[in-house]
Amino acid sequence: MREGKPFADPYLAGIGIGLALLAAYVVTGRGLGASGGFASVVAAATAAAESTERATRSPALSPYLTRGVASPLTDWLVLELVGVAIGGYVSARLAGRSRVVVERGPHLSATSRIVAAVGGGLFMGLGAKFARGCTSGQALTGGALLAAGSWIFIATCFASAYLLAPVARRLWR
Amino acid sequence: MTAPFSETGVLGSTGVLASAPLIGFAFGWCLERGGLGSARKLTGQFYLTDLTVFKVMFSALVTAMLGAFWLDRLGVLDLGLVYLPETYVVPQAIGGVLFGVGFLVGGLCPGTACVAAAAGRLDGLAVAGGMLLGIAAFNALFDWIRPLVESTALGAVTLTQLAGVPHGAGVLAITVAALAGFALASRIERARG
Repeated sequence: MREGKPFADPYLAGIGIGLALLAAYVVTGRGLGASGGFASVVAAATAAAESTERATRSPALSPYLTRGVASPLTDWLVLELVGVAIGGYVSARLAGRSRVVVERGPHLSATSRIVAAVGGGLFMGLGAKFARGCTSGQALTGGALLAAGSWIFIATCFASAYLLAPVARRLWR
Repeated sequence: MTAPFSETGVLGSTGVLASAPLIGFAFGWCLERGGLGSARKLTGQFYLTDLTVFKVMFSALVTAMLGAFWLDRLGVLDLGLVYLPETYVVPQAIGGVLFGVGFLVGGLCPGTACVAAAAGRLDGLAVAGGMLLGIAAFNALFDWIRPLVESTALGAVTLTQLAGVPHGAGVLAITVAALAGFALASRIERARG
């Protein structure tokens, strides 16, 4: 299987992400995010499925529907995520790394990998809601501002992944 | 002070919104360039065979931290107007544990799942779908778990405020720790490679 061009230096990629985050502080005063964009989509979908009025009264959804409009298109994080996907696609395409595939460990079937991916995403969705952000909105954005809770999130996230890694070895090795 | 533009009126809400896809593009581009659109590469972090996640994440964090610190010092950016995520000790510890489990099992985080999906990785699309389900489940359970979710609130507080030391001391300590971590990461990769 052709793998495409080699990846960039990780420190160079990291500095680039750091500058994007810095630009977000400077322009928006809020930094980056990913799970928040997903949460906006869920809130908008719930409002569309039930009623906007009921959704705006729900304490779980109302923070995402502050304008009283259930449109994720006016949400900064959703537009940012659209940019993330386009940037990722263009970069992968130019480097010959764009192809339709199920990436998985050597001992896993494609079906098991998809099931694990959905399950992993579900845990991350729950976790990001408890933590009020994910690797982008908490770890990077809050971490660089030295927010105490962001560092609690970083520490517990890595600790739990490392503790589980030996047990879940068959997923990846 | 001229920044943050959203707070100082340099840019209106449309201008701020227009920055979202541009900043997102740069973010997604860099994630993909660094190899973080690949679940197998990402999970190498947890088996200590490939420490790209640590290197990318902490070089990004240190870059933004130093940038924000110095722009504030130079009077360009008012850090007091930048939103500081609030601290909720127990919920964030629970969230971190759940997220870590999901990260290892799913192999991608929310942002990198978008990159992976955009590059054709169907597992990335599945992680993104799972995220939506997890958030919907949280919302459905919210009335029951609300006391837990809102417990141990410390407000918008930094590590340096809790420790009673200047912000710059924390910036320096994290920078030094990250540099030591980078040196250690290279040694681990050499030993395992």
